[in-house]
Order: sequence, then C-alpha cells, then structure tokens
Amino acid sequence: MESQLPAEFIVNVDHERCRRCKRCMINCSFGAIEFKDKVAPNHRLCIACHRCATFCPESAITITENPLDYKYGYNWTPEIRKNILKQAESGGIILTGMGNPKPYPIYWDHMLIDACQVTNPSIDPLREPMELRTYLGAKPECLKFDGDSACLETEIAPQVKLDIPVVFAAMSYGAISLNAHKALAMAAKRMGTLMNTGEGGLHEDIASYASNIIVQVASGRFGVTSKYLNNSALVEIKIGQGAKPGIGGHLPGEKVGEDISKTRMIPVGTDALSPAPHHDIYSIEDLSQLIYAIKETTDYKKPVSVKIAAVHNVAAIASGIVRAGADIVMIDGFRGGTGAAPMVIRDHVGIPIELALAAVDERLRQEGIRNRASILVGGSIRQSADVVKAIALGADACVIGTASLIAMGCRVCQKCYTGNCAWGIATQKPELVRRLNPDIAADRLCNLLTAWGHEIQEVLGSLGINAIESLRGSRERLRGVGLPQETLDILGIKHAGIGQ
Amino acid sequence: MKCDGIPSGCAISGMMSEEGRRIDGRVIIKSIACMHDRSNGLGGGFAAYGIYPERKDQYAFHMMYDSMEAKEVTEEFFKDVFNVDVDEPIPTYRENGVSNPPILWRYFLEVPENKLELISERDYVMKTVMKINSEVEGAFVASSGKNMGAFKGVGYPEDIGKFYRLEDYSAYIWTAHGRFPTNTPGWWGGAHPFTLLDWSVVHNGEISSYGINKRYLEMFGYKLELRTDTEVIAYLFDLLVRRHKLPVDKAILALACPFWKDIDRMEPEQKKIATAMRQIYGSTLLNGPFSIILGHSRGMIGLNDRIKLRPMTAARKDDMLYMASEESAIREIAPDLDEVWSPRAGTAVIGTLKAEVE
Repeated sequence: MESQLPAEFIVNVDHERCRRCKRCMINCSFGAIEFKDKVAPNHRLCIACHRCATFCPESAITITENPLDYKYGYNWTPEIRKNILKQAESGGIILTGMGNPKPYPIYWDHMLIDACQVTNPSIDPLREPMELRTYLGAKPECLKFDGDSACLETEIAPQVKLDIPVVFAAMSYGAISLNAHKALAMAAKRMGTLMNTGEGGLHEDIASYASNIIVQVASGRFGVTSKYLNNSALVEIKIGQGAKPGIGGHLPGEKVGEDISKTRMIPVGTDALSPAPHHDIYSIEDLSQLIYAIKETTDYKKPVSVKIAAVHNVAAIASGIVRAGADIVMIDGFRGGTGAAPMVIRDHVGIPIELALAAVDERLRQEGIRNRASILVGGSIRQSADVVKAIALGADACVIGTASLIAMGCRVCQKCYTGNCAWGIATQKPELVRRLNPDIAADRLCNLLTAWGHEIQEVLGSLGINAIESLRGSRERLRGVGLPQETLDILGIKHAGIGQ
Repeated sequence: MKCDGIPSGCAISGMMSEEGRRIDGRVIIKSIACMHDRSNGLGGGFAAYGIYPERKDQYAFHMMYDSMEAKEVTEEFFKDVFNVDVDEPIPTYRENGVSNPPILWRYFLEVPENKLELISERDYVMKTVMKINSEVEGAFVASSGKNMGAFKGVGYPEDIGKFYRLEDYSAYIWTAHGRFPTNTPGWWGGAHPFTLLDWSVVHNGEISSYGINKRYLEMFGYKLELRTDTEVIAYLFDLLVRRHKLPVDKAILALACPFWKDIDRMEPEQKKIATAMRQIYGSTLLNGPFSIILGHSRGMIGLNDRIKLRPMTAARKDDMLYMASEESAIREIAPDLDEVWSPRAGTAVIGTLKAEVE
C-alpha cells in the first residue's frame, strides 16, 4: 500500500553553496539524502536529527517543517489526522521515543525562587563554601551516643555520597550504545555522582566504575547475577517508568548482537522482552521479599532503591515502598523519556513529577517516615532551576536522562526506537556507535554538570544558605505564579505576593 | 493576630553565674540598654532562671491574654489538665513608656499523676503549650518552665524591664533581647525570648532555613504557629537534647555543623560522628545569619552561624560568663574582665552551672 502520509520535514539544499562532498549523504543514517549528480533529499525519510546540517562544511543545508497545511480544525489537528493515516496503513500501535511532548502544564515554570534582601545577607559562592554534597540512603530517626565515652552507638544504613545532587537516569545498554554508557560512567566518576545501567545488565568494559554505578533489576532480570548486584554503588528495582507506566519493554532481536547477548544473558538475535509486571511481584509483600533478597545478596552493604512511575496514587505507593524496606524511592514523572513506548501510553498515562514529588514528600512526613528513604526524582529535569525547585519541594536529588543525552549530541528527534540514531547514542550499529567518542561525550557531560553545579550554588547563595540540606524540603522558599489554589495546596507553596 | 514579621537587627545580651549566685534584674537592663540603637522599640524581653526557688518543682506559666474571654477559656482548660496551685497577675509598673499591654497572668501548675500513664511529664506540658498557642484565640504562653520565666513585650528592652519590675527578681542566668523588626505587627507574643519548657532563646538574625526546620519539627508533633524563625531554635534544642537525648555539644554540631571540607580532614572517630550528624540531622542545620543565646535551667549557650554573619562577644570574670552583641554591653556592667573573646563562627560558648549547685 502506497503511503498517503506527506513528509514531515523538507530538506533544503543550497546548491550554489554545495560542493558536492557527499558528507551529508554519508552522515544521514535514515537514508534521507541520495546523490544524483547533486544532493537529492528524500524528504519523507528526514526526521530532523540535524546530523547533515551540522556536518555540512558549507552550511548549505536547512531543514524546515513541511509547510503543507491541513484545513484548519481545532479538534482534528494535523497530528491526529496523521496518526489515523498511519494506523489505517499499518494496523499497529504507534511507537515513539523520548518523553511526552504534549503541552501539559509544566509546573516548574510556574514556581519562583526566593532571594535575600537586607535582613539576611546573600552569600557569594565564589568567596564562601557552598555545599552540594548529598547522601542517599535510609537515615535513622535519631542518633544515640554512649553516655560516658560520647561514642556513636547508632549503626547507620549504607549511604552513597553524591558531590552534586544530580545523577544520570537509567538507560540500558541496548537502548543506548556502549559508547554512551562508557561516557556516562566516566562522567559519573569524575563528577562524584552515579550512572544507572538500566535493565540491560552491565557490560564488562564499565564494570570497573562500580562505585559510581546503579545496577538495575527490572522485570526481565537481564544480566542479573550476584556479581552484578555487588558490582555497584546501589541497586535499583525498576517497577515502572514515567514514559510507560504499567507496561513492559521490548528490545527487538536485531539489536541483540554478540555483546548485548552476553551482557543480557540471552541468545543472539532474540527479542529481549521485559514483562509488564515482575512475575514474582504481585503485591507489596512480594516487593519486600525482593528488596530483602537483594540486601541479603549484597550483605546489607548497598542501599536498595525502588523506581516507580508517577501515577495517581503515588503517595500511598511510595509510603508502602518505604515500609517494605526500600532505602531510596525513585519517582519518574509522566514526561520522562524512553527508548521506545506506545504513543498512547507515553502521552496520556501518569502524572507530572512536580505534583507527585510534593505529594510523596508530604505523605512521608505526615507518617513520620521521611527519614527512612531518600527521594530521587526524574521525568524531564531540564535545567538547574528545575533541580533547585525539586529539592525545595523535598527531593534529595534529581535524575537526568534526556538532558544527558542532549549533552552528548541528541537532538530529541524521538526516533530512538528505530536504532538508526545518527549521533551514535541510541543505536547498536557499529558504524553509527563509532560516531560517539566516549571521551568527548564524557567531557560534555561533565561540563553540563559543572555548569549546573555552579548555577545551583549561585541560587543557594542568593537564598542566603550555604548547604543544600537547608534547601531540601524548604517549600517556604518557593512561590507559585498563575496556579489555582488546589495546585498550590498540593505543591505546599504559597502564591507569589504572599510574604512569610 | 498571632503574626510576626522578620526579625532583623537586634541586640542580645546574657550573663550567668556558674556558681549559681543570684543577681537582680537591674544589671541585665543596664547591659541591654547600652545597645539601645540596635532596637527600634518594637520588642524587648528577658529570660531569668532561678527566680522562683520556693516553687521550683512547679511549672511556672507566664501567660499573655488579648481578652478576658481568652483568659477564661484558658483557665477552664488549665483546670482540666493541671492542678493549679497559684494564679496571680504578674506584677507590673505602669507609669512609663510601655503602652497597651495584654492581660499578664502567672500560674504555678502541677501535672496530675493520672495524666502521665502514656506520656512523659514534659511531653505532656509541651503538648499543652502547643495546644494553647495554636488553638486558643488570644492566648499565648510566654514561658512554661520550672523556676524560670520570660518577661517580654512591645517597647524598648529597658522600658520592658522596668515595666516588669525586674529589680524584684534574682536569677543566676539572665538573657535579654532588643528587637528591630522590619515590619510592625506590634504583638507582645512576638517579642523575644521564645521559650518552651525551660528552654529560652534570644536571637539576632534570620534563619534562612526556617522552611525546612519547621517542616522537620512538624514531623515530631511541634506546632509552629508563631510564624517566626526564632521559635524553631527553642524547639530544635528541645527535640535534640530532651527527646533525642543528644549531648549538648552534639546538638550544637547539628545546628551549626562544620563544613565538609573540615569534616573530611578530621580524625576518623570525629569524622564519623560529624558525617553522621550531617547525614541524619541535615534538616536541623540553622542556615542564615544568627547569633543566639540559649538559656536552660543548667546553663547558657551562645552560638553563631557557621560563617558568623552576626556579631557576638563573650567574656569571663570570676564565676561570671557574659555574652553580648557588642563588647560595650559587657563592659557596661563588668568593666574589669579576666578574658574577652569573639567566638569563632559555628563554635559554641557554653556556660554550665556547677554540679553542686541546686
């Protein structure tokens, strides 16, 4: 059946400037550029990844949205019409990648941060210490000291140190390339933070970065061995993902080459299927068993995190997870990224991380158990300001996936699931993977975190505080703008214009 | 309205005899009056320890009422929860610059034994204080400790001192406060010291970490209704020292913790303790500019924020320990001193009543 779908983008080539070097054609991994005496784009195949435009030595290429207008319809948007056309042609679920792009409210952008004037002085981070160090792990309610010797008697559960309260999100080897994984591991080590293997196991090339690695145990249990669990800073049980709450994962067999097969411990060429639920977790007590099975395996030396998607009842679920013995709760908001997800799930399921975080932190405080677990949040943390606001709402640290990919070169074209990533990130094709130099990508990741670190320090200084723990949960330092009362109540903040 | 703005400039002064000698209130008034220009007439107050020796086993409640109704409601409530031994007006001298005082009343109370089956006596009293302050309109507990009391109001501290006839009280610890708030609610309860049980705090500065200190305390049942940052200091000491049973030096380590760069260089045992304190008690760190003097029945503690953004001088003479915002306020009452120093940022000055003193 011939497709009726028009091209999404138009590739414009300035033939006067073009030197016919064919670099664009070599770089395009989607086959959108051919050469017939001159550069001849196939617009229909272009996905706007900018690879050709970036590498054209003459800057002769621009890419524009196809101006082909549809008859106006507020209800029947061009996107909806195109999706129907696609499904009428294929009969399939529409697949997509990256996070939810729909114009739902972004609450980060409706919160403003306080600053000091006169009565309390702001602090200059260039002159004074400004501390970002954070420890993840369960904390006892209080410390006990021996009466006479003043020695500390309380045994403290294992803690993982972060020099900056930003960690790299779970992205599996399989979803992204080994070079991308290497870059994340190197950057995490250099910056004193963590990367997360995702559910694809741990490739032996990065096993030596153990103290900066979160190893994940997901429903497929790929690559999970006792050695894997112990070769880590902490272990994360993945229950859900913000981009696709309640559904599993699927790495197509064509991506499962020799290396991935070894790392995931599955035969070459077979589909790697992660079931929707863990088949040994059908209730909270089952989760508790898995948490303690992992703690036994790791001799109670690693904090255990449980990752869930932000869904309607997230506060009660998080409370259950803490009571089940988790040391860390990781909450992934509905705008969180993915390598592949059905569009219907990605765009319509879950709740915003801002509201989920506020609800969970408040609930754990009401129950007096906030100290028993650290809270990590992700799901579209885009900039250092989002980190500051998340910590003020009550998070211990933030998780960045998409932002770290963009730092490595990703253009958020949302075609991760095709395996054709022209930037060498979300692909397993050796000729594409080679495009990502892990050393350079690691430098870029370090630069991003360094910049964010400085920005967070500037904000802390303007708030008149010199330690990140004085911001954590300090919602008094946030004000809402343009939010209805009910939203303000959920966020636990006042509207701008209200003083102390 | 129980509403307080942001404290700002302020003067503080404190003195104690570690031998437990009792000194009448004229001395501390002289000291705080020396720093007149650090306050603006919108709040002054004093805390005194050892003033009710004949009733030292009873809780002395200093109450402020906006109306007779508030007084009646509170007294009905007292009858239900305490044995009221004495109730009397707090003596005042009404012929100076102090205007519009609330009704000031004093009670000596005992906790009936049958109330203490499920709760400790001091937790019981603490809950009562929280309940009155948050639920009884127009009633405020100025102090609730044993053998101590807070005397505070709207006015310059020296006028407030005369108003309360402090020359008639003798104490082994006196602390004083002159306030310079940046807005003007003119509420008597909003003056310093803030107290809970026998803790009292006078505070110069602003706690920029108030938001999280408050939410942390709320997890442990404290109600912070006064909207002022100073009360968190009193409640944090209560929580850490009385309820969590931390030694005082460890509580100070929580409230004004060392920097990580210094912790990383400590000896292993010390480092382990300091790291654990920051990990577990991060939410109690008092961040922002402050100098405080904390009084309790066995002593007095002076503390600065960890980069010393507010002034504090300390001095000793024989058995006396002095602390004040300015050295002049100490020299005013003790010109000859054995020792005068500026405590380092985040380092506490601790005065302790000799063990043999009752």
